[in-house]
Amino acid sequence: MATILDKSPGGAARPARAPRPGGQARNTSRRLALLLLSPTFLVLALVVGYPVLSGIRESLFAQAEGLDENGFVIEGERFVGLDNYAALFSGERGEAFWNAFSNTTFFTVTAVVLETAIGVGLALIMHQALRGRALIRASVLVPWAVPTAMSGLLWRWIFQPDGVANTLLGQEILWTADGIASKLAIVVAEVWKTSPFIGLLVLAGLQMIPKDVYEAAKVDGASAWQQFRLITLPLVRPALVVAVLFRMLDTLRMFDLPFVLVGANKDSVETLSMLAWMEAGNLRYGVATAYATILFLYIAVIAYTFVKVLGADVIGEARSRKPEQTGKEVAA
Amino acid sequence: MRRKALPYLGVALILVFCLAPFYWMVVSAFRRPSDQFDSGPWPSPWSTENLEAVFAPGNEFVRALANSLLVAGATTVLTLLIGVFTAYTLARLDFRGKNAVLGVIMATSMFPGISQVVPLLKLFTEIDWINTYQAMVVPSLGFALPLAVWNLTVFFRQLPFELEQAAMIDGCSRGQAFRKIIIPLAAPGVFTTAIIVFIMAWNEFIIAFSMVNEKEMQTATVAIAKFTGVSGFDQPFGTQMAAAVVVTVPLVVLVLVFQRRIVAGLTAGGVK
Repeated sequence: MATILDKSPGGAARPARAPRPGGQARNTSRRLALLLLSPTFLVLALVVGYPVLSGIRESLFAQAEGLDENGFVIEGERFVGLDNYAALFSGERGEAFWNAFSNTTFFTVTAVVLETAIGVGLALIMHQALRGRALIRASVLVPWAVPTAMSGLLWRWIFQPDGVANTLLGQEILWTADGIASKLAIVVAEVWKTSPFIGLLVLAGLQMIPKDVYEAAKVDGASAWQQFRLITLPLVRPALVVAVLFRMLDTLRMFDLPFVLVGANKDSVETLSMLAWMEAGNLRYGVATAYATILFLYIAVIAYTFVKVLGADVIGEARSRKPEQTGKEVAA
Repeated sequence: MRRKALPYLGVALILVFCLAPFYWMVVSAFRRPSDQFDSGPWPSPWSTENLEAVFAPGNEFVRALANSLLVAGATTVLTLLIGVFTAYTLARLDFRGKNAVLGVIMATSMFPGISQVVPLLKLFTEIDWINTYQAMVVPSLGFALPLAVWNLTVFFRQLPFELEQAAMIDGCSRGQAFRKIIIPLAAPGVFTTAIIVFIMAWNEFIIAFSMVNEKEMQTATVAIAKFTGVSGFDQPFGTQMAAAVVVTVPLVVLVLVFQRRIVAGLTAGGVK
């Protein structure tokens, strides 16, 4: 993916690499860049790169179980190829996997759709608000600052059988038992915690739109809905697409919220992360890493789709805009 | 009339949406344990019994808070030490493949935590790192570093680098110019990034939960989730809400004080 993103206009436009007065300085600057970048890459390679690669390797092995023909306990691991993956398509393990896969997908789709709708709503209101902006901004940050595990506990408390949710609704729903209601509880808690984030990103996008665009539209007789659909939405779309991508990636790896709100080993809310975690807890590292690898691929596919198809500009503001000009400055 | 009232209604809606659940956490924390299931809008009477229960000796909650502080603090310091140089390079130096570097750093932040945790859990078991601080700090760098590099790069890009060049013309070396001109100017951005990274590290759950099983080494979020009631069967929600208030209120205060900066940091970074 990284290479796709590398479309710096300067790369191709730069004149032929003939020796020039600044060449020496450029070389030094390049070496310095390498030197300064290496700690980050070293750390990322060790704490992210290595685990992911060793996870992929691990997923091709199984913990040996049982006795050999002489009655000795088999210890250690043995190579099983793609068996851990093949097992996902049949039997009990397959059932657990597809259940977790569909839960993960369900949470991601429903939560992100709701978050986006509510987030855009929040942003529009915040943008309109004339007074109390600081108060709103502060309160919008509160759900973001509450630790996910704590918000899981809070919502578990709210959703107790004799808790406040049922009191307000006048119902007796078992939200935190294993059932469809618990899926809903997770979505509610997730949406509460994260739609403010989308709201803030969209608000930043809204604030970039010059006012006269709307005035011109008003003069031309555009209704409020038309203004929203034809001006606001297209102009905040880049910010929104990136926000939605990040929310999706984050929801796909969801762990703490269902874990704390409902609990481990509950079919109705078990996500891929939780399933992998359970298997690792049972020391079946091969199976666990197979699940983790699939989740990893799932996320990669979605990120790739967003960048390629929807043109999500994940580099955004950090992209180097005028490499040509800065190059001259450094060389000078 | 309607036009005037509508924005206020919207604001009220936002406040209720964002604050009501948090308010409920605080209210529940200050009820007497015997009133725990009251659904009145405020505690009557107010009581600190739950708070006292949080700090009861058996919970070792002070130790857990100290662990959280240590893990989140160490993660923040390490992340900034490494990230500042990388971000400076990305914002300032000209070299080929810069966007590719940004792309790779961005991509690592997209990795699911679980594909990091499972192999590391196995590795740390083998090298006896389970129940150590480094087992929590090192994996946390995986999510903290991309976030920090990202925020810092965007911040650094806005700095007036002409000043740095002026200093270099006046005879400063690049290192000196960086130390004497850029660092003081960049301090606000570094500070904002530090707050955001600290909050993310303080809120971290899956790593701390997986890498530690001894009570003395637990971070606060994990400790609270594991609180057990007297009987061991009913969940002590009052105590848990009080403990949640204890770990959340400092963050909320941070957020209130630095809201402008944090919003700028979050929207610039676009991460999480």
